[in-house]
Amino acid sequence: MADVRTAVAGQADPVVVGAREPYGPRPRPVLSRRNIIVYGTLTIVALYYLMPLYVMIVTSLKGMPEIRFGNVFAPPVEITFEPWVKAWATACTGLNCDGLSRGFWNSVRITIPSVIISILIASVNGYALANWRFKGANIFFTILIVGAFIPYQVMIYPIVIILREMGVYGTLTGLVIVHTIFGMPINTLLFRNYFASVPEELFKAARVDGAGFWAIYFRIMLPMSLPIFVVSMIIQVTGIWNDFLFGVVYTRPETYPMTVQLNNIVNSVQGVKEYNVNMAATLLTGLVPLVIYFISGKLFVRGIAAGAVKG
Amino acid sequence: MTSILIKDVSLSFGSVDVLKSLNLDIADGEFLVLLGPSGCGKSTLLNCIAGLLDVSAGQIFIKGKNVTWAEPKDRGIGMVFQSYALYPQMTVRGNLSFGLKNARMAKDEIERRVARAAEILQIEPLLDRKPAQLSGGQRQRVAIGRALVRDVDVFLFDEPLSNLDAKLRSELRVEIKRLHQRLGNTMVYVTHDQIEALTLADRIAIMKGGVIEQLDTPHEIYNRPVNRYVAGFIGSPGMNFLEGVIDGAGEPMFVADGASIPLSRYAFAAAAPRGVPATFGIRPEHVSANSGMDWPFSMKSRVDVVEPMGSDTLVWTKLGKQDVAVRMPSERAPRLGDEVTIGFDPMRASVFDSGSGQRL
Repeated sequence: MADVRTAVAGQADPVVVGAREPYGPRPRPVLSRRNIIVYGTLTIVALYYLMPLYVMIVTSLKGMPEIRFGNVFAPPVEITFEPWVKAWATACTGLNCDGLSRGFWNSVRITIPSVIISILIASVNGYALANWRFKGANIFFTILIVGAFIPYQVMIYPIVIILREMGVYGTLTGLVIVHTIFGMPINTLLFRNYFASVPEELFKAARVDGAGFWAIYFRIMLPMSLPIFVVSMIIQVTGIWNDFLFGVVYTRPETYPMTVQLNNIVNSVQGVKEYNVNMAATLLTGLVPLVIYFISGKLFVRGIAAGAVKG
Repeated sequence: MTSILIKDVSLSFGSVDVLKSLNLDIADGEFLVLLGPSGCGKSTLLNCIAGLLDVSAGQIFIKGKNVTWAEPKDRGIGMVFQSYALYPQMTVRGNLSFGLKNARMAKDEIERRVARAAEILQIEPLLDRKPAQLSGGQRQRVAIGRALVRDVDVFLFDEPLSNLDAKLRSELRVEIKRLHQRLGNTMVYVTHDQIEALTLADRIAIMKGGVIEQLDTPHEIYNRPVNRYVAGFIGSPGMNFLEGVIDGAGEPMFVADGASIPLSRYAFAAAAPRGVPATFGIRPEHVSANSGMDWPFSMKSRVDVVEPMGSDTLVWTKLGKQDVAVRMPSERAPRLGDEVTIGFDPMRASVFDSGSGQRL
């Protein structure tokens, strides 16, 4: 009778805890119907999305004779990196034959300044809109958001003229300007919502402490907003890196970004269609956004959750 | 000498009038508490004093200087917020010195002031920690320190203790009182907690709907509320209100549900009116039950509900059909259904005009 439960008021001994008597945590069978449906669906969806990637990797590692066998799912018998080298250094796009490398460096030179400039401007915009409710802030914000919904196609030709008049048509500078401007609505919205979720009292305390517009931005807001900067950076890097339309319209062959060059390599028909080179070229082009996602996936989710829901 | 003078200040957001032509005169070194329910405009008024909100009309003077258009930093104020509002990425030291650095103060002077504030608030061991590593009470102490280092004339507190648990709240309450006694600054303190207001304040301003209902010492507000709203707001458990009329040929009497309460000992503000509907208010702690004493008014009644509150017990009974609560020591509390004799002295009561709610 040492058991505490039985010591109460001399009650009869409770039934010894058996297999069927509910006690403690509820048992959760591994192979319940719910689990099978959830994990089954997830597995199928994951396979569906991974399949093309698998085919691409496998094909890019095969030689042309092996590809001609026609079994796209078969792993390579003889692994070769020849297609990757060719795609990077010697694949032909119409006139020149120096591979994707030129496009890669062009893309780098487009993406880095575009991302930095657009994020800097958008973060200050968002900060001003969220924390300094200046006169006309709402109108300004509305215009910005409406701007995000106007189809790009409408603006292509006017922008060609603007760039030509500015003397930057066909240059990397021109494309950087275009990317910066088109990144503005979504990134401003992102930053505005994030800064709006920062407690207002923090901002008030900084004002009482004598901090001005820039002091609050640099000393208080910036250090607190790493997640949203990462989100914005990912959106901008992938968006600008993957851009095709602006790249093909606003640049010349020597300043083509990687995506445009990839298209030209894949579509140029000179004798045999080299599937392995095409696959390797595609993977090379997609590598940058992929790496960005892998590095910052966790921060991305955190930033999205912090910035997008509230506001 | 006047420290803060608020002259006809109004503030509207669109069509909503948050403050309505408000006047307030706060003396040097005074501890003034703005007390009221949520949405009464007390925090808004504080933000106006701080310069975080622009007023729609009127003027604000601090130390005789018209600061209506001045920036918060130029008003000579320090402010403490409910959510502490510490800069999360800075250490405690960084938080304390941020305002001084913005003012481009000399380094050794900053250090001296931080050290002094840390000593007063006993946060020296915390100086190199980040706010996330502090408890709620420590955070609020740092927030007070941030106001302290600025060496200002006026401290503004915006519900500084509302985020703390009850025990910590009472500890910090005492500390704030001690701080005020030591520094002698003018302090304006916003709260919705009447205990904080009654314990801390030199004067309390009770606000409702953007106007000050009563501005007086805690004693006066507790004992002589100017209207029914203030009477009901201050005091916990709340005041008993009985509806009836004032009557009587000679001596004024309050007549309700067959009971007649003599009002000869009650100090009317003006001559006692006759035949007007009135509300008779008496605090539960001023009603006694089974005391055996000879009260100017007493009657027998039955116990409806008994609410033990620890040291005291609240006993609910009835006068006619109207509820009356009696606060009495727990050891003498009657049991449910007992018959008790309740009695009180109308001198301690408050009588209000039923129509206007004003004290008679």
